[in-house]
Amino acid sequence: MFYGTELKNRLLLGTAQYPSPDILRAAIAASGTEVITVSLRREGADGAGFRDILKDSGCRILPNTAGCHSAREAVTTAQMAREVFGTNWIKLEVIGHADTLQPDPFALVEAARILCADGFEVFPYTTEDLILGEKLIEAGCRVLMPWGAPIGSGQGLRNIEGLRTMRAHFRDVPLVIDAGIGAPSQAAQAMEMGFDAVLLNTAVAKAVDPVAMAEAFSRAVDAGKQAYDAGLMPRRDMAEASTPVFGMAELLA
Amino acid sequence: MRIELNGQSVETTVPTLAALITEQNYEARSVASAVDGQFVPRDAREGINLTAGMKIELLSPMQGG
Repeated sequence: MFYGTELKNRLLLGTAQYPSPDILRAAIAASGTEVITVSLRREGADGAGFRDILKDSGCRILPNTAGCHSAREAVTTAQMAREVFGTNWIKLEVIGHADTLQPDPFALVEAARILCADGFEVFPYTTEDLILGEKLIEAGCRVLMPWGAPIGSGQGLRNIEGLRTMRAHFRDVPLVIDAGIGAPSQAAQAMEMGFDAVLLNTAVAKAVDPVAMAEAFSRAVDAGKQAYDAGLMPRRDMAEASTPVFGMAELLA
Repeated sequence: MRIELNGQSVETTVPTLAALITEQNYEARSVASAVDGQFVPRDAREGINLTAGMKIELLSPMQGG
């Protein structure tokens, strides 16, 4: 699925903004996630404690380049992350605008090309743009992560038709909805549309009860995946009775 | 000489990046290093001679989404 790694759980979880380290730990466990995303920063007060949480979680680590605004910054950050976390996986974010946190497609492709050539397994945070997706595949990416909505906005899937087209276009490429998911129903919707996984952070971390919300998302993602596999009924414009008319009594006098 | 370490101006007399990391009480194995925007792998730190005004970043795992 992702560079030769199969996952049973289709929820990828961010580790930022939780009320406490204990709640983060419990939320990771409740979500059942196998992949957590982390970043690199100047060491703060509780660096050692955080490293213990990562180790104890048993999860695969997906380091990110969050906050990088240029290809060069992102490449350097990825190289640093590879050494610290001992993984070739990198969630490549190159932000184009500080307000929208929209990816910079040009710098994203440039960074992806450099990193793929250097042996990284790149998970690019991208938009639903098909040409951009093609360029990222050409650069060597084997996964694409289109946004649902702007990071941290909780708006859900803002461009459902565009995402549907992307899913159809990249039939054999694992696609992960990354960012913008606010509610479990939105995560389920992404999975029902055939996306391979969902990556989210704020919706769990900023819930009133993050641990319970982590479990709710896990179940929604499972339900959506199961529904996609089961095959949804075709949508109709008009009503069509489900109970047969044949055999109906004549009761009008 | 004065260098810049994680955005702070620091006075040091040690000769190399590896020595600076020890002097500043960082755990050498749990940080990644960059000098003037370029990644410096762990085993290359010994060979990086400090010069005045160098911008050094030592980064650690942190919460991220």
